[in-house]
Amino acid sequence: MAYYFEARQMSVGYQGEPLIRDIEIALEKGEILTLIGPNGAGKSTILKSIAGQLKLLGGAAYLDKEEIAGMSGSQLSQKMAVVFTEKLKTELMTCEDVVATGRYPYTGHFGILSESDYDVVNEAMELVHVTEIKDKDFTKISDGQRQRVMLARAICQEPQIIIMDEPTSYLDVKYKLEFLSVLQNLRSKKGLTVIMSLHELELAKRVSDRILCINGEYVERFGRPEEIFVPGYIEKLFGIETGSFDEENCSMELEKATGEPEVFVIAGGGSGRDVYRSLQRQGIPFITGIIYENDLDYPVAKALAAQVVAAKSFEPVGDELLEAAKEKLSACKKVICCKNVFGSFEKANEELQKFAKAAGKQISGG
Amino acid sequence: MHKDRKYRYILAFIFLVTGVLFFVVLNVCIGSVKISLSDILSNLSGQQSNMTVSRILWNIRLPRTVSVMILGGALALAGYLLQTFFHNPIAGPFVLGISSGAKMVVALVMVFLMGRAVKVTSAAMIIAAFTGAMLSMGFVLLLSRRIKGMSMLVVGGVMIGYICSAVTELVVTFADDADIVNLHNWSQGSFSGMTWENVKVMSVVVFITFVAVFILSKPLSAYQLGEIYAQNMGVNIRLLRVSLVVLSSVLSACVVAFAGPISFVGIATPHLVKKLLGTTKPLCMIPACFLGGSVFCLFCDLLARTMLAPTELSISTVTAVFGAPVVLWIMAKRKKERAV
Repeated sequence: MAYYFEARQMSVGYQGEPLIRDIEIALEKGEILTLIGPNGAGKSTILKSIAGQLKLLGGAAYLDKEEIAGMSGSQLSQKMAVVFTEKLKTELMTCEDVVATGRYPYTGHFGILSESDYDVVNEAMELVHVTEIKDKDFTKISDGQRQRVMLARAICQEPQIIIMDEPTSYLDVKYKLEFLSVLQNLRSKKGLTVIMSLHELELAKRVSDRILCINGEYVERFGRPEEIFVPGYIEKLFGIETGSFDEENCSMELEKATGEPEVFVIAGGGSGRDVYRSLQRQGIPFITGIIYENDLDYPVAKALAAQVVAAKSFEPVGDELLEAAKEKLSACKKVICCKNVFGSFEKANEELQKFAKAAGKQISGG
Repeated sequence: MHKDRKYRYILAFIFLVTGVLFFVVLNVCIGSVKISLSDILSNLSGQQSNMTVSRILWNIRLPRTVSVMILGGALALAGYLLQTFFHNPIAGPFVLGISSGAKMVVALVMVFLMGRAVKVTSAAMIIAAFTGAMLSMGFVLLLSRRIKGMSMLVVGGVMIGYICSAVTELVVTFADDADIVNLHNWSQGSFSGMTWENVKVMSVVVFITFVAVFILSKPLSAYQLGEIYAQNMGVNIRLLRVSLVVLSSVLSACVVAFAGPISFVGIATPHLVKKLLGTTKPLCMIPACFLGGSVFCLFCDLLARTMLAPTELSISTVTAVFGAPVVLWIMAKRKKERAV
């Protein structure tokens, strides 16, 4: 199998001091690779090394079977574009001027743009919706706009591979989504290969074909998103100690309240999540049940509740479990019932509510 | 949009060229002996006229005016290159101590050679000045590795300048009486006493350097965006940096060798020209800076010669009066922008 981009035994770092060793990457044309890992893990260092900004301290990186270190500057500039976190230094330059600098590798000796160059510039600006700010001074626009202008600049360089360091950090949710769909479009239309670092794990999971996890001196994992986002791994990778991360839904929850549970929450079908979070904010420990393991409430309950009375998915709730739930409910001072109407597969929870009423518990709605 | 800009560039160049022509005529005409336009025309067309006027015109006024034009342009261009190189708007050959370094080595060489009754040629002066310029530049580069702030770098440069000036003063003090007058005048900066021989040498050196700088305008435009992006655009950063150091040193050295150290032209002119053009594109800035420097120096030299005639002011006195406010304005503007 011939890969479009390959890194073999690559070691990167500053001033001869390797930060990360023996990096192995293999990407086919048109794949999107995302680098994730804790702050300061060396994501930017890897990206800069791939882009040829930093000398490799070992191994080699190949583009289309050709070693990157051996390419001339102008050869590489027609194949690879970069968007780094470092700000572009400009003076008296409009956004259009900045985007137009992407045409640099294609212009003649004096760098004068032709009509067709301007067509490419305009097209790139249309693509990331910066046409309306094209005459504004680059130093006087917002960080998010600047990021989009930089992307337009990279696009109009017509690269085959694009290297980006946290390209979405300043974008709002609308532009984050647009940004990623622009990448997917370029990939499907022009076979663009992307290597980038992202902090937004939910985006990484959705857009990446491959993910590289960096932690410590070595690459910890390299694989498809489903191989990376397995329960418990992200917490381990980032060393999460406060709160929790749910790999399946890519959502995070704050730390659960500690102490003797005071409240029992009857929930199900997603009705309990907001109640759980509200209790967490107030610092009240609680028990919740009976929740099916495939219920929408389940991941949040697991993250926030002191105890979860959980039932196996697609199985009727057994008497044993119901008895256990009743026992736990008896020990609590208060009961919150998030349901008004119970469906026919929620008989157990309905009985739990009746049991609470009979026991004279103080019951409030969700 | 692009058309509007093109018009602006064209207008700016017409303005600058007219300015140069205007001041060239004034510089030639005004002086202790007034020369009228018709005198100039008849002299230039080869008609015989008043011998004194003709001699003043050909031996004094014209070579001086042409030198001011060339050296002023060279200074402004050197300033522009240094500002680009250091990404520092208040860099220039004078504040970074490069002029003073050149001055020091030239003074050393002059005293040494004059003491042995050897005539110092223009070329030898330039080589000496270039050596001094590179020496100072070396120190400034060492400093710039350790110091990040733009104002601190300038302070460092000024210190280097003071050290070099102190050494120069020392040398001048120990020089023979006859040399002192010459050296003293020159070390203050002055365009007086230019000959056609000087003009020949400086125009060759400056022209070649100018062409080299102009050829670099494309990589320079990438370099302006920051080294990271320039490298990605395929620019050989190291080669460009070396070229910038050498070219700006040659330009500063050439000025010092002939006219001594001249302050503020290098810092102020690029900013005024930038405002005029409304762009920092090197392709426009390089020739415009040169013309702007010419205008600025022609204007200042005219004042230096005529204000307190027959006494001549040192050229730096005049350039400082007009240049220093520009530098203050730049710094005030930067502070305001950063505050926002």
